[in-house]
Amino acid sequence: MHDATSIPSLPPHSASGPVLHLDVERRQGDFQLQAQLALPASGVTALFGASGSGKTSLLRLIAGLDRPDQGTIRLGEEVLTDTRRGILVPPHRRRLGVVFQEARLFPHYRVRGNLTYGMRAAMRSRFEAIVELLGIAHLLHRFPTTLSGGEARRVAIGRALLTAPRLLLMDEPLTGLDGARKQELLRYIDRLAREIDTPIVYVSHDPHELTAIADHLVLLEHGRIIAEDRLDALLNRFDLTEHLGGFDAASVIVVSVIDHEPAYALTHLALDDGQTLSVPALHAERGERLRLRIPVRDVALALSEPDGISYRNRLHAIIERIGPRDDTRTSIELSLNISGQALRTRLTRKAFDEMGLEVDMPIVALIRSVAFEAR
Amino acid sequence: MLSDAEWQAIFISLRVAVTAVGGILIPGVALAWLMARHEFRGKALLDGILHLPLVLPPVVVGYLLLISLGRQGWLGQWLDSWFGVTLPFTWQGAAVAAGVMAFPLLVRAVRLSLEAVDVNLEAAASTLGANRWRVFFTITLPLALPGLLTGTVLAFARALSEFGATITFAANIPGETRTLPLALYTLIQTPGAEAAAARLCVISIIIAMLSLIASEWLARLARRRLSERDSQR
Repeated sequence: MHDATSIPSLPPHSASGPVLHLDVERRQGDFQLQAQLALPASGVTALFGASGSGKTSLLRLIAGLDRPDQGTIRLGEEVLTDTRRGILVPPHRRRLGVVFQEARLFPHYRVRGNLTYGMRAAMRSRFEAIVELLGIAHLLHRFPTTLSGGEARRVAIGRALLTAPRLLLMDEPLTGLDGARKQELLRYIDRLAREIDTPIVYVSHDPHELTAIADHLVLLEHGRIIAEDRLDALLNRFDLTEHLGGFDAASVIVVSVIDHEPAYALTHLALDDGQTLSVPALHAERGERLRLRIPVRDVALALSEPDGISYRNRLHAIIERIGPRDDTRTSIELSLNISGQALRTRLTRKAFDEMGLEVDMPIVALIRSVAFEAR
Repeated sequence: MLSDAEWQAIFISLRVAVTAVGGILIPGVALAWLMARHEFRGKALLDGILHLPLVLPPVVVGYLLLISLGRQGWLGQWLDSWFGVTLPFTWQGAAVAAGVMAFPLLVRAVRLSLEAVDVNLEAAASTLGANRWRVFFTITLPLALPGLLTGTVLAFARALSEFGATITFAANIPGETRTLPLALYTLIQTPGAEAAAARLCVISIIIAMLSLIASEWLARLARRRLSERDSQR
């Protein structure tokens, strides 16, 4: 197991219909972007792909900063772009918040001036709350050039939020921040996603960010969408392993905090069926729902509960699916059902054959708790 | 200390230069913005025409003004019959000549400073709900202010020193179009007026120095407003 980001569980499937429809084509030199999408009306949707896969181009089309060669973009019933009918609503009338990779704060305005630049009257009453939520209250009188990278991003996020956007577009907002700052900002963004009901489109190329924050995932490659679904569904697809981290691929399972054991600096977590797990102490309230990111290579399998082994986390599971196992492979991917959630693991084909594993077999999954990074 | 004629020349010079710069400021900034932010057909041609006053002999510019804006000129006729405005041989005509000569300097300086403004900031402002005008007046213009000030001072200096186009188009009429350079020229032509010419020369230098200092001060003020204030931490 690696990191447990203090993040809520995946929300139930959105009840309202998809909010953003797009069907666009755009050519930029040799690069051709072609995308058809219907994004859900709530939660965090990640546009994920390597650099050059077209995620930022897609975001710019949605924001109205670029015009597709052909196609349409609709938000609910409102047409934002329709090349056939010659409609291109300019960015300032789209009411979409954009957080750019570089914070793009206005250097001649103080932080307060930046925040209020596009503030809607209806948001005035929420100014204090948003500033508080982002932890930027003490920066209000400063000029942007005196801010650190993380502070500037937070101001940029607040500035976009205060326009009361119908959709918040974030273009790799963690780029250029170091590990600790990244974690910190990720937590802010996550709190935000929980506390405001604005859907977020989050562009990223980092699988860690993805598993920490996304509910819905759109996978892009060479300007095309290769897969799109709920995060947990895509993480459980063997054929996408290479796109979603490869060797570092991971599953996400949702747990709740039972209690803390300060004497050993551990936090105990439970699955819905009552099975428990221990992880290095986390800052989380009892009962809080968390996502755990568990790399596939940190999960080992045993036919029965082993004795005399240091693996503390043992979860009873059922083998649900087995990945391709042709004769050239060294390893085999498996998907387990643990309390209704999917947990993936990878083992050598040799171990797989010798253990005689099959679908529907009950099994014990051993998770290396020492692999946790204590904060 | 100064004679009436000298005061008059200073007054006419300042009036002509201020009018000229005031008149070209808005069209100059608009044209500079157009050139800095947009691609259109004929841009290179427009750019060439714009720079003509810089490369043509000023007398030629004056002559062109005379045949277009003179009483018999195609534009001058129209101005005369519709507005009763006559430009040649008036101080307003001198201002037009000075403005035309100063225009390319203003546009060049403003265009350069506009091009230096990050278009990404403008895009960010538009996503925050600002329309083109608001983006221009709250982001583009303030960030280009130092360049705009420099351009304005350059234009002002050029208008003050304008000679060839002015004397051709507006002539050298005492009390009407006799600016400092024209007054100086007249004195140089007059035998025994060497001392008076030297005085005018010194006055010209003082005015030029004052406007340079003023511009430097304003630009510094603008830059300080724009730049980081570490002391504000």
